[in-house]
Amino acid sequence: MNNPTQRPILSVENLTTEFRISGQWHPAIRDLSFQVQPNETLAIVGESGCGKSITALSIMQLINKSQGRIAHGRIEFDGRDLTACSEREMEAVRGDALAMIFQEPMTSLNPVMTIGFQIAEAVRYHRPVSKREANKRALELLEMVKIPSAARRFDDYPHQFSGGMRQRVMIAMALACEPKLLLADEPTTALDVTIQVQILALLADLKETKQMGMVFITHNLGVVASIADRVAVMYGGRIIEEADVVSLFEHPTHPYTEALLKSMPRVDQPRTALHPIAGQVPPITTDMPGCRYADRCPLREARCDVSVPPLTPVAGATGHRVRCWVRAPSPMLEAVAS
Amino acid sequence: MSATSTLHPPGRLARFARLCWRRKAASAGALITLLMLLVAIFAPWIAPHDPNEQDILSRMAGPSADYLLGNDTYGRDILSRIIWGARVSLFIGVTSIGAAMLIGGMLGVLAGYFGGKLDRLIMAVMDMLLSFPSLVMGLLVVAVLGPTTLNLIIAIAFTAIAPFARIARAPTMAVKQRDFIEAGRALGYSDLRIMAVHVLPNILDEIMVLGSLWLATAIRTEASLSFIGLGVRPPTATWGGMIRDGFENMLDAPGLVIYPSIAILIIMVALNLLGDGLRDATDPKLRHE
Repeated sequence: MNNPTQRPILSVENLTTEFRISGQWHPAIRDLSFQVQPNETLAIVGESGCGKSITALSIMQLINKSQGRIAHGRIEFDGRDLTACSEREMEAVRGDALAMIFQEPMTSLNPVMTIGFQIAEAVRYHRPVSKREANKRALELLEMVKIPSAARRFDDYPHQFSGGMRQRVMIAMALACEPKLLLADEPTTALDVTIQVQILALLADLKETKQMGMVFITHNLGVVASIADRVAVMYGGRIIEEADVVSLFEHPTHPYTEALLKSMPRVDQPRTALHPIAGQVPPITTDMPGCRYADRCPLREARCDVSVPPLTPVAGATGHRVRCWVRAPSPMLEAVAS
Repeated sequence: MSATSTLHPPGRLARFARLCWRRKAASAGALITLLMLLVAIFAPWIAPHDPNEQDILSRMAGPSADYLLGNDTYGRDILSRIIWGARVSLFIGVTSIGAAMLIGGMLGVLAGYFGGKLDRLIMAVMDMLLSFPSLVMGLLVVAVLGPTTLNLIIAIAFTAIAPFARIARAPTMAVKQRDFIEAGRALGYSDLRIMAVHVLPNILDEIMVLGSLWLATAIRTEASLSFIGLGVRPPTATWGGMIRDGFENMLDAPGLVIYPSIAILIIMVALNLLGDGLRDATDPKLRHE
C-alpha cells in the first residue's frame, strides 16, 4: 500500500507552532516532520495536550493569529508550501483539495440551515455549478455516506439527526470536492462504540475508493489499530516514535509508546493488569533542554535531561524510527560502546 | 421532538402561527399591527373623506354622523386624517427602522466577528451615539439637514443604529465561538460568507425582536418631531402634527388631541406586545412551555 517512490501528498518539515502565553511565545509543536502518501492513513496518537490537534490546525492554517503562529517549517501539500499561501489562497484550498473533520459532530453543523443546503453550499463554494447540480451532488454525497432514505432527509435540520448521522454529514461536506487529503481530528471520539465502527469503516472505504491521503488524529489506540497504515506517536509536541501499524503494536520501542499500550484495557488480560502512566505532560510553558518524557520515564538516565534525542531508525525495521537515547542509541554510539 | 412532528415537519410559518396562538397578548399585538398596516396601505379607500378637505362650517365640531370623530381647526375630518396619518407614521417608522436594522446589524456583526481594534472603534462610536436621547439626536439631524420626509427617515434611522449594533454584536460573539463556524472555515468559506450565511441567520431573531420594539420608538420619535414642527410639512396628515395643530384649542375641543394620541397609544402598545411575544417565542428557554 505504501509505495515509497510515490510523491507524498503532504510533507511537513520542521514545523514549529507557537502560542503566546502571558507575553511569551511557547512552542506547542516542535520541529515536526512527517509525510503522508496518497491512499495512506497516518494516525497521530498522543494524550491530551501533546499537540496533535494543533498539528492539524497548522496544516489547515487555521491557527488563531491573535494567539498563535507558525514559527518556522514548511507544509508542502500537493506541490505547494501552505505556510507561504495567503489567506485567500488558503480559502481556495480548504474544503477543496484539503479538508478536515472535527471531533464534535453535534455542534459542527449550523442549526438553522438544512442538511442539504449545507452540503450543497460546500459544493457550490468551490465548484462553478448551478444550484440544481449542487443539490444533486449533495444528495449523492448523502447517499455515499450511507444516510438512510437520503432524499427524504435532505431538507431536515441538524437537530433531527443523531450524532453518528451528523458526523456522516460532516464527512459528506468534507468530501464534497473530493479532497486529496483529509484531516480527521478525533472524528469518532464523541460517538458510541457501535457508531464509531461504522464511521471508521466508512472512512477507510472512502479513502480506498478516492485514493485519498488521510491524517487521523486520535488518542484511542483501538481506533489506530483498525484504521491506520502508519502511526506517529506524539509527546510534548514532538513525534517520539513512528512506524507502520503492525511494528508499532508488536515492537513498541519508545518507553512512552510501551507505557501507552500497557495502559490500554484489554479483554484478553486480567483486569488488574492496567498500568496508568505516572505523572503528567509537562505544560508547554516549561522549557526542558532534554527529552520531555524524562520526568515520567522509568529508563531515565543523565543524558536524557541534557539534550533532545534525534529520531533514530530502529535497527532491523524499515520506517520505524524512535526518539530515545536509551532504546535507540545511534549506531555510531553503539560502535564506541562495543 | 415527538415522532409525529418528525414525520410531518411543520412549516416555519405554521410553527410561528402556533406559537403566536399560544400567547394571546402577542397575537393581539400582531393583529392590531397588521390591521394598522392594512389601514395605512388602503387609506385612500378606507378614509371617508379627503384628509385635506376643509369644511369651514364644522370647525372644531364634535362627532357627527358624517364626521365620526369630529372636525379639526380647519374643519377637516379627524378620522380621515388619522387614517392617512397612519400611512405617514408607519412608512417613516418601517423605512427608518429597516435602514437602522441593516446598518446597525451589519456594524454589530462586523464588530463581534472581527473583535479587536475594529470592535473597539465601532462600539466607541455607537456608545457616543447612544449617549444622545433619540429625540435630541433626531432634532439635531433634522435641524442640520432640514425637515423633509427623507431627512426625517435618516434622522430616526440614525438614532436607532447604535442599539441594533449592540444587539447584533453580543450574539455574534457567542455564535463565532461555536464549532460550525470553525467547520465553515475548514471548508474554505470566507469571513464575509460566514458572517452573511452562518452568523446572521443565527442572530436574526434577536434583531427582529428589537426591531418591533424600536418601530414603536420610531413612530413616537416621528410624532414628537412633528409635534415640535420638525416633522413632515403641513398640510400632510401626521399624528404628531395633528396633536400640534389641536394643541392650542385643546381645552375647547379635546378630541383634536385625544384621538391622534389614542392612535399613537394603540400602535405603541400593539408593537410592544408583539415584540415581547417575539422575544418569548424565540427564547429557547421558553419555547417548550
